[in-house]
Amino acid sequence: MIGVGILKGMGVTARNFVGSYFEKDRLTTVQYPEERSPLPENYRNFPILIYDTDDPNAGLRCVACKICEKECPPQCIYIIKSEDKKPDYMGKPQFYPAVFDIDISVCMSCQICVEVCPFEAIKMDKDFELSKRERFDALLTRKGELSKSNEYYHRIHPIEAAEVDAKLAEAAAAAAAKKKAAAEAAAKAVGSTSAPGAAPAAQPQPTEST
Amino acid sequence: MTANIQTLKAAERPPTAMSSKLEGESLEVSMGPQHPSTHGVFRMNVSLDGEIVTKLKPVFGYLHRNHEKIGENATYLSSMPYTDRLDYFCSMTNNWAYALSVEKLAGIEVPERAEYLRVILAELTRLQNHASLLGFLLSDMGAWGTPLMYAFREREKILDLFESLSGSRMMCDYMRFGGCRVDAGPEWLERARRIAEVFPKFLDEFEKLIVENEIVIARTQEVGKLSAELAISAGITGPMLRACGVNYDIRKVDGYGFYPRLKFRVPLGEHGDTYDRLMMRALEMRESVGILKQAFEQIQPGPIVNPKVKIRAFKPPVGEAYGRIEGPKGELGFYLISDGGPNPYRYRVRPPSFINLTVLEDLCLGHTVADVMVILGSIDIVMGEVDR
Repeated sequence: MIGVGILKGMGVTARNFVGSYFEKDRLTTVQYPEERSPLPENYRNFPILIYDTDDPNAGLRCVACKICEKECPPQCIYIIKSEDKKPDYMGKPQFYPAVFDIDISVCMSCQICVEVCPFEAIKMDKDFELSKRERFDALLTRKGELSKSNEYYHRIHPIEAAEVDAKLAEAAAAAAAKKKAAAEAAAKAVGSTSAPGAAPAAQPQPTEST
Repeated sequence: MTANIQTLKAAERPPTAMSSKLEGESLEVSMGPQHPSTHGVFRMNVSLDGEIVTKLKPVFGYLHRNHEKIGENATYLSSMPYTDRLDYFCSMTNNWAYALSVEKLAGIEVPERAEYLRVILAELTRLQNHASLLGFLLSDMGAWGTPLMYAFREREKILDLFESLSGSRMMCDYMRFGGCRVDAGPEWLERARRIAEVFPKFLDEFEKLIVENEIVIARTQEVGKLSAELAISAGITGPMLRACGVNYDIRKVDGYGFYPRLKFRVPLGEHGDTYDRLMMRALEMRESVGILKQAFEQIQPGPIVNPKVKIRAFKPPVGEAYGRIEGPKGELGFYLISDGGPNPYRYRVRPPSFINLTVLEDLCLGHTVADVMVILGSIDIVMGEVDR
């Protein structure tokens, strides 16, 4: 009979309409500014630079190696390397970015900069409410705005940040152990041969031990 | 001389046409690019005789973004996020097709867990693509809003899954050469399994809306018939080809990924009309749910990425490769030629929507303008992929 199919369809819409007053899983709308659905741990939006300690200039992990600038698909990162060096978190003197700009009107949030960074310096932010009053300068984020503390990173990506910290601590420990071993080896070499001219840098240590 | 031509014309014209039918000018209508039913910025120059289509010329390129040339100037990895922007409904399958061709090019093996994750994500993509297509198609037929919102409610659940796994709802950028980017935790797999489990409930409900509905039947049956011969010679793939009764599914033909390990049937149509194309999607979704069920059972913990693949300075050996998958819209392939450098020498996309669109005129001739929208909707195009 003609019309039966339409009535069946109407039954479906009626069930959905009535059901939306009673069934929780039919109520899917989140009233955004008042209500917010939680962001997942992996959510990503735009890149930020991470710094350790309290000083965003001294503690910045970035060493201006420019790998992210090269790998960035839409080429939205712009870096100028510094002339001088400053000590990084392990105390090794490193270059730092004199200029680090990301044009977030070009950035496509692909996370490739995060993946290629060997220093765990660039990570993804979760802030998505980024409306600005100006069109050009406001969307070009500079080094100052990009720098975020490690605590902030822990707040937005707790699991990932803990993993990164463990990795960095391990690397630092390995580097320290290597340094110590090298120093001991040098000390041993100096002590056994007792050559007066050899290894001037390691000279003070044998005198201390003897 | 002129008199001669006039007599010739009069002689050619059949006498009945003169007497019985009013002859008017054919009307040229430009539909699109700003038209709510053209699924983006697609334009058709349509010649009309009354309301009947006599000629249809597709015009595209409004969304051209130089995708292939960008791919030739970017590193292999840098092209991965750009593939999300091809068919922005199915970024996961786009990623897979591109990763597959690079893996073929460089001879990279993929760990078992990553293959299962890829199958799961590809089938979830198929579910959400087909669901939203059915919603759009009913919207084109005049069922404004309601079925589309039901479809989008289900799509939203799957997009939330993608977001919690990859960090982005639509621009997932999830797969990498030799595996996947992040591992799916047990909670994620459990959530995905639950969503796949209750999906048939939505399908039952949705089929009640469309299968027997007289308006849907009147609008779709015998409309836009595509013969199997034309479909094969025009290179049509995907659900559109199978709706004509041709048994060709790359998941079965190529057996890429872990599809040979999974049991599923390939639904086939009979008439090749719009109704068959519509039902093809509904049937494929049921098969996808079955594939998902098996994949959730078989997936085992393990590594998700091949550790031998370098992420920085990735350079595959000299050669060429064509990797293809059965995307939700049809055969999606990437053809790459490497000269050993960090970026491909040639990067070519074989987009299913674009090639399926080539038969649009053949499908629309003799139908009314209102049918053109329905036929276009049933082809399932995304302009990001057509124009690239």
